[in-house]
Amino acid sequence: MASQQWDDGGRRSFIDHAATTPMLPEARQAWLEATEIAGNPSSLHAAGRAARRIVEEARESIADDLSTRPSAVVFTSGGTESDNLAVKGLFWARRARLGLVDPVVAASAIEHHAVLDPVEWLGKHEGADVEWIPVDALGRVDSAWLDERLTDAAERMALVTVMWANNEVGTIQPVRDIAIACREFGVPFHTDAVQALGHVPVNLSQVPATAVTISGHKVGGPFGIGALIIDPHESVVPVSHGGGQERDIRSGTFDAPAAAAFAVAVRHAVHAQTSRAEHLRELQAELANGIVSVVPDAIINGGAIGDGDQRLPGNVHVSIPGAEGDSLLMLLDAAGIDCSTGSACTAGIPEPSHVLLAMGVDERTARSSLRFSFGRTSTPDDVAAVVAALPGAVDRARRAGSISSDRFREARAAAGEA
Amino acid sequence: MRIVAALSGGVDSSVAAARMVDAGHEVVGVHLALARTEATGGKSRGCCTIDDARDARRVADALGIPFYVWDFSAEFAEDVMEDFLAEYRANRTPNPCLRCNEHIKFRALLDRALALGFDGVATGHYARVVQGLDGPELHRAEDSEKDQSYVLAVIERELLRHCYFPLGDSVKGDVRLEAERRGLRTATKPDSHDICFIPDGDTAGFLTNKLGERPGSIVDLGSGQQVGSHQGTFTVTIGQRRGLDLRIPGEDGRPRYVVDIDAATDTVYVGAPELLDVDAMVADHVIWTAPPLDDRWRDVTAQVRAHHHAVPAQARLISDCIEVFLLEPVRGLATGQSVVLYDGSMVLGSGRIRDTRSVHSEAGPHEARPQEAQRA
Repeated sequence: MASQQWDDGGRRSFIDHAATTPMLPEARQAWLEATEIAGNPSSLHAAGRAARRIVEEARESIADDLSTRPSAVVFTSGGTESDNLAVKGLFWARRARLGLVDPVVAASAIEHHAVLDPVEWLGKHEGADVEWIPVDALGRVDSAWLDERLTDAAERMALVTVMWANNEVGTIQPVRDIAIACREFGVPFHTDAVQALGHVPVNLSQVPATAVTISGHKVGGPFGIGALIIDPHESVVPVSHGGGQERDIRSGTFDAPAAAAFAVAVRHAVHAQTSRAEHLRELQAELANGIVSVVPDAIINGGAIGDGDQRLPGNVHVSIPGAEGDSLLMLLDAAGIDCSTGSACTAGIPEPSHVLLAMGVDERTARSSLRFSFGRTSTPDDVAAVVAALPGAVDRARRAGSISSDRFREARAAAGEA
Repeated sequence: MRIVAALSGGVDSSVAAARMVDAGHEVVGVHLALARTEATGGKSRGCCTIDDARDARRVADALGIPFYVWDFSAEFAEDVMEDFLAEYRANRTPNPCLRCNEHIKFRALLDRALALGFDGVATGHYARVVQGLDGPELHRAEDSEKDQSYVLAVIERELLRHCYFPLGDSVKGDVRLEAERRGLRTATKPDSHDICFIPDGDTAGFLTNKLGERPGSIVDLGSGQQVGSHQGTFTVTIGQRRGLDLRIPGEDGRPRYVVDIDAATDTVYVGAPELLDVDAMVADHVIWTAPPLDDRWRDVTAQVRAHHHAVPAQARLISDCIEVFLLEPVRGLATGQSVVLYDGSMVLGSGRIRDTRSVHSEAGPHEARPQEAQRA
């Protein structure tokens, strides 16, 4: 039956590595081996020590790979928890320490929801004065704007947070400059490096951020583990209270197998980064050229393709005027291609991307977008599959899109009359 | 064929989708996100609850078909909910399920499916599409208890060939058994009865919240005396007897019913039940599911509620309105309800009732207003 091919049979092209990337076999092996040990890493007996040793080895391994110290590595359940811990924890701690009455949180307008939503929450519930740092048309944060704000209001600033690289359009942010500026003004700086790790160099000796978020499953590790790399001298108020693990910042039983597997994945991602980026840039260029050749009016969003300083090597983000992203996604899905409209949403219901809106893209165009993201397992066959399937999908999606736009016009006309 | 199966998360749509898969079609499950509620932070959620959306997804998993959520909440808000409120604001009694079928399921959803290369839409409605001499015809379901042809009488004739109702030949009990046999988790789910965007069933409360309190008096049509008050004409329905809290008994001691609502003065009239007997009506917003009537009277049957039977009638089309004379009066008919015309089991079309004539009135349907006849 034809529908069976959709989900089960046939070769499929997975081009959604920014959502998650397949687990590295070595990481899976490390996880399995660590599960042989029965102890709780917090226990004081031999079994506990054996388990704790795995956790600490993983911590050291990750610290080495990121050029930081082991005591800075706080294991969490993943990117979202790390972001929440950094944003809320640093905000609360600094507000209390300095007795800030009118604390400012400055965040880029293109953050992932795991940062965006806690920041908004602080604004709504904790009296934070939220300032959104604008971005240019390529999705690059305006660091001059931030410098000016730091000069004017550093003493009121509780936190600056700017992601290392954007998850939708792949734009790499000037985090080194921002980190240095924030340090000069003594303002804590957090960066979400979930999309950057493994794709661009993440060297924390070069980028003096206060806190850095990384995630396991985005680099070939398991789901459900991540880390917040946070200066051990920085005070941070915990979000989860309990047994006092992880320097009392993040309570909860250590997950030794996940930590072991995570460390293996980070090691691989960091060591293979340069050669992988080269490979991904080839696929990226091929796909971008291929898309524009079959859909000439397609718009490639974000930084210049192939510019390793501006754009993640595996990211191709495209707007196809007149076609809705979710129609394209479904039609490509049927053609054996897994891609994304940009940011995943729990209910599976498309909202126009706040990232594109912040870049000045209109709502219509924002809804007509697709994100392709290559990773470790990607091949030129994946590019060929997209280029082959896209023209037909675009034709159909545009037909469907023209109905919605007629409908939209009718509604507008009716509203105008009323 | 390539078919979109609309999966509401209920047992009927589950089995309908399963049957389309069995028939060898390439089926894609689609759950419609319709209502944006405050409880979900203004984000779209599926019709009707998170449980339903989840059940729909799990049914698609069980059937091995792809699953998507399509967001029609903007269309739903405008074409169904706004219309619902506007009708009540105008003292009419709308049926939002018909509007949803007209604008969402068999318009927005079907249009989108066809444009995306599908051949049609399958739903779990109880009705049949029969291939007639002049093309497809919409007929009542085999299960007369469950028959839903009334709420489908808003599908334009040329769209019928894209509509699949795989349950039309089944009875509800068998559908549940089949769901159980197939191991579908929706097998034991209770049927939904409420309006999906008013899950607690408190329509009056919902309307008061949306439209605001609009108090007025309740007047006995016989005596002309005020006998009570109400918090908004939309909180009462034509034919309603209970819950009116009438403080002054009727002259003849008989129970009194809401027999008319005067929009201009927010006055609700109560009176004897026979005043509710309607034998003629005019309906606009006409949609033909079969070849249209013309200005000659035609013998039909007419049904005015989803869960009611059709009565013998004569109908004709005059300047975009249908006029219907009932050979058996129907009690308690509110404007805004839909009248559906049938020829035997075949649906001819539908219209929204704009005016009714009481059996006890001398006037024609256009000027038929029971209280005017009485008050004159």
